[in-house]
Amino acid sequence: MAKNSIKWTKKDLLGLEELSVEEITMILDTAKSFKEVSERAVKKVPALRGKTIAHLFLEPSTRTRISFELAAKRLSADTIGVSGAGSSILKGETLKDTAKNIEAMKVDMIIVRHASSGAPHVLSWFVSAGVLNAGDGAHEHPTQALLDMFTIREKKGKLAGLNVSIIGDIAHSRVARSNIWGLTKLGAHVTVCGPKTLIPVEIERMGCHVTYDLKEAVRTADVINVLRIQLERQKKGLFPTIREYIMKYGITEDVLTKYAKKDILIMHPGPVNRGIEISQEVADGPYSVILEQVTNGVAIRMAVMFLLAQYKAGK
Amino acid sequence: MPLKIKSHLMDKEEIGRAIKRLSHEILERNPDISMLAIVGIKYRGMYLAERIAKEIRNIKGAEIPVGALDITLYRDDVSQVSEQPVVHETTIDFDVNGKIIILVDDVLYTGRTVRCALDELIDFGRPKMIQLAVLIDRGHRELPIRPDFVGKSIPTSLEEAVEVKLNESDGQESVILCEKG
Repeated sequence: MAKNSIKWTKKDLLGLEELSVEEITMILDTAKSFKEVSERAVKKVPALRGKTIAHLFLEPSTRTRISFELAAKRLSADTIGVSGAGSSILKGETLKDTAKNIEAMKVDMIIVRHASSGAPHVLSWFVSAGVLNAGDGAHEHPTQALLDMFTIREKKGKLAGLNVSIIGDIAHSRVARSNIWGLTKLGAHVTVCGPKTLIPVEIERMGCHVTYDLKEAVRTADVINVLRIQLERQKKGLFPTIREYIMKYGITEDVLTKYAKKDILIMHPGPVNRGIEISQEVADGPYSVILEQVTNGVAIRMAVMFLLAQYKAGK
Repeated sequence: MPLKIKSHLMDKEEIGRAIKRLSHEILERNPDISMLAIVGIKYRGMYLAERIAKEIRNIKGAEIPVGALDITLYRDDVSQVSEQPVVHETTIDFDVNGKIIILVDDVLYTGRTVRCALDELIDFGRPKMIQLAVLIDRGHRELPIRPDFVGKSIPTSLEEAVEVKLNESDGQESVILCEKG
């Protein structure tokens, strides 16, 4: 009864670009069941007992790393953490060698975050363990987009037909790319908005709409996903001053009152620069679901790990 | 796997009577219904749990909490079965601590599902007692588990399968014995 019409057939989760509508829906549906586990007295189920999961985080992260660790632990998997600093990567070991060595110790799944786009893909060719992309360069961050979609679906009851505006630094954002792939596949309309220097040319080819006018992006939106302004970029002169950015693209109470729909949903993947891309009042305000996104992140990651663990080689 | 029907074990009336009798037996053993809660194993156990709760409401005029367990995450054969398990939600909206929990399932066979359910229930707290009610006990236990309340005991062979069909899930009411194809 209530069987999935499709089977999970992938060894890895590398991005949303390569997932089908059915696979994305399957992850979102599975996550719904896992959300309840985190609310129990004993926040642990024995589903992945005896499995070992390595967290290979070669770029800084708090939220994503803790979220993956918690997800693995709540499924009863054993986890080991490897970070760039303090590992043999500093001694010049290649990613391939590091991964091969981890695998030689019989690890079942590798969660990888890497500064280079495509690193998890390369890794997945070399190892038979499942590879889960926790963010690669400016390419994809699939679990973040999945938790964003899960949160929208939970709040709005659907994804198809909704207008989602992603605002900020699109060019350097893997969150934006994964969101565009996932949301458009599930029938939402995506608009990206930001200064011209932060929007890649031809991004329309991913199936989204582009505007440089914040008012337009806010007015049409059912959901606004505010991206972090990566302050280090400002030094490269991609926008004149932080102050100018705030004035043109900052999401403030004033902007929302003037232009936004009454039931707007405000999301942010974190970490938040309060007072820059989003004001204090909006980040903590009634439309904000930023902390719910974090809660849902654990459920999404549990679901993905559970599904990847079902993959059987040769079937 | 195609199943060949061998015989009809229970019809609508018999299922109804069995549920009535189970409810009375549960109340006889547990006169203090303030401590009682019913938890069904998804899905048919959950429907039976709801029916027993309704029956108890009719007899005693009082509501007792009902919960539903999805035992997928507790299975010991997740990596062995060919069919991919689908995870559903578990809903226990009451405090299990100190409660007498009636665990309900449709068919008791190897006892492995009940083992999963016991492990999962205990992760929600420490019930005072857990009692097991099943519509059909078909034997062939692989674990030291026995039911407290049984609708009907049916001796079966390992080559047979028992199918319980309920309105809520199958649009009909019957218990049939089949030959595994």
